[in-house]
Amino acid sequence: MSSQHTYQLNYLDQLESEAIHILREVAGQFERPALLFSGGKDSITLVHLALKAFRPGKFPFPLVHIDTGHNFPEALTFRDELAARIGERLIVREVQDTIRQRQLTEPGGKFASRNALQTYTLLDTIEEFGFDACIGGARRDEEKARAKERIFSVRDEFGGWDPKRQRPELWNTYNGRIHKGENVRVFPISNWTELDVWNYIRREKIDLPSIYFAHEREVLSYEGQWIAVSPFIRLDDGDRVERRQVRYRTVGDMTCTAAVESSASGIDDIILEITATRTSERGETRIDDKVSEAAMEDRKKNGYF
Amino acid sequence: MDLLRFITAGSVDDGKSTLIGRLLYDSKNILVDQLEALERQSRNKEDGEIDLALLTDGLRAEREQGITIDVAYKYFSTPKRKFIIADAPGHIQYTRNMVTGASNANLIIILVDARQGVVEQTRRHSIIAGLLNIPHVIVAINKMDLVDYSQDVYNNIVIDYAEVARTLQLKDVVFLPISALKGDNIVSRSVAIPWYEGPALLELLEKVEVEKDVDLIRGRLPVQYVIRPQTEALHDYRGYAGKIASGTWRKGDIVTTLPAGLTSRITSIEAGGKEVAEAFAPQSVILQLEDDIDISRGDLLVNGERPPQVAQDLEALVCWMDSKPLQPGNKYLLQLGSRVVRSAVREIEYRLDVNTLEKQPAPAQAGLNDIVRIRLKTASPLPFDAYTDLPAGGGAILIDETSNVTVGACLLQ
Repeated sequence: MSSQHTYQLNYLDQLESEAIHILREVAGQFERPALLFSGGKDSITLVHLALKAFRPGKFPFPLVHIDTGHNFPEALTFRDELAARIGERLIVREVQDTIRQRQLTEPGGKFASRNALQTYTLLDTIEEFGFDACIGGARRDEEKARAKERIFSVRDEFGGWDPKRQRPELWNTYNGRIHKGENVRVFPISNWTELDVWNYIRREKIDLPSIYFAHEREVLSYEGQWIAVSPFIRLDDGDRVERRQVRYRTVGDMTCTAAVESSASGIDDIILEITATRTSERGETRIDDKVSEAAMEDRKKNGYF
Repeated sequence: MDLLRFITAGSVDDGKSTLIGRLLYDSKNILVDQLEALERQSRNKEDGEIDLALLTDGLRAEREQGITIDVAYKYFSTPKRKFIIADAPGHIQYTRNMVTGASNANLIIILVDARQGVVEQTRRHSIIAGLLNIPHVIVAINKMDLVDYSQDVYNNIVIDYAEVARTLQLKDVVFLPISALKGDNIVSRSVAIPWYEGPALLELLEKVEVEKDVDLIRGRLPVQYVIRPQTEALHDYRGYAGKIASGTWRKGDIVTTLPAGLTSRITSIEAGGKEVAEAFAPQSVILQLEDDIDISRGDLLVNGERPPQVAQDLEALVCWMDSKPLQPGNKYLLQLGSRVVRSAVREIEYRLDVNTLEKQPAPAQAGLNDIVRIRLKTASPLPFDAYTDLPAGGGAILIDETSNVTVGACLLQ
């Protein structure tokens, strides 16, 4: 062994290696896996990791996007360009179609969110293609319920998560055995924090949709958060629409993702802002998590990611 | 900046959640909205102080019952290190969760209540730490504020625990007096404990050396997946993908596949999407070999000295994790790295008392949270290392073929 260098991986290399290992376990253990792609930075990072895990071969899974119809157009364009650039299969399923076919009732209100409805489309899509594993970009630092979910998370036929019946997950051995009809949600970047993802994006020079960077936009101030003006929200008398320089910390639906005021135009600026910021990612930008302390726990039990 | 994974173990009222909350809070890893949520919840409490323990009580079901039912993971970082905390509950019925959390840990913090001293649960947590070969142990003697920061109380506990550590042959044990509630010796040295001259907990965590814990001599690489592009340009390309469990691997090295026993030479190594001359644990890599030999998922690539054993008759210490009992004659799938083999339990040899390490006569069956020594027979040869010798090559899980559940943690001997 040479004395000049140490055999110690830095933390991003360790996280990367762990994620690649998990992706390959999915490839090795499942017949019909899928990578759930939202167009957000976490799933873009997953695609980057999958390139490292499987090139020069093809991905052993398609990218699947559950499109609520309320997505940022920038994110959709980015999605299509990315899939074309890497030459991998992209499957898109629309929440709008599920609403029509199943005659679902859309929630009303000012920011009528399809967040809960997308679970229906997701479960239908899993059934349509017979997916036995769905890879997602959820991180344990995002939220309390996620902090307790396993990396291989077995879901019942209804996609439901039962926190009390989780399989023990030892060393880096993942048990993906399931009964017919069940599926496994797999979270390769469980152990990454928001800052880890940004630092990795910077190091790897990963492209992101433009809305992650500061841009001018018409926004509405609502309970201290900036919501983009779009056809999907209801404007009321007295609402003051302003043009502000903003960026997004997370990319979800236009109805339930808030922007932050920012002049950060590059990754370095964003990392500085996040390092200095005193509010968590979901707390600052997700309207849907404020409903109750246990919002995520409840949604997961009902099949949500 | 590197990564340290640690587990905290303590009895129900040892202040474990408070300690974790304190570490996150004092190292400024708690953000405003999380703190607001905390304050909202703490308002129901009588004393009005922020209850840091609430930071780790995740699920509503737990909050309602005031207990922790599962392993939760928490993250924080300092400029020196990123930390992953596995928070495992201390109740007797949750040995399974502690074993789970401990399996990946570089370090364990064992909390001792200064008023109680070394109790049965302290011994149990230490025994599990020893069985799982956690390389570093910090014994944090907590609630020092409740014993007037007494050096005598502290010293007596240190003496008691040193005896435990000696019996269990724990390596690298460090002691320190703390009060998680008051923040003494957590992030900075406490003025209330002037007689303690060592570093605060956070400094200990930042400085513990983990580099040497990885075995870089004996190479083990379970093959997860074979990459075969089958395109015209890469018609003959075969990449063997896996995460290096141990050892250092260089281009030109001779490797052996087990259990088949074929050998070849490494012609290229790719790590993180780039070709490299050398790779080491725990990197995920793709190897290409000189010869076109039959290798598939489940095979183990080996290099270096002291190869693993290959056997069908195995001895193992098993921590049982299922409510259905383990019985001689039962069949399970055994998964070690990427290899899954069918196996049958031949015999339970003895039960290990997790409070005393005493070997008790073999029970007819082993129940949830029991640790037993068993003899297993596998349907096909299994390459493995003794867990005590090379944990990276000897930790397996048992899976119930009918329920698909992970039912046991298996330390091969």
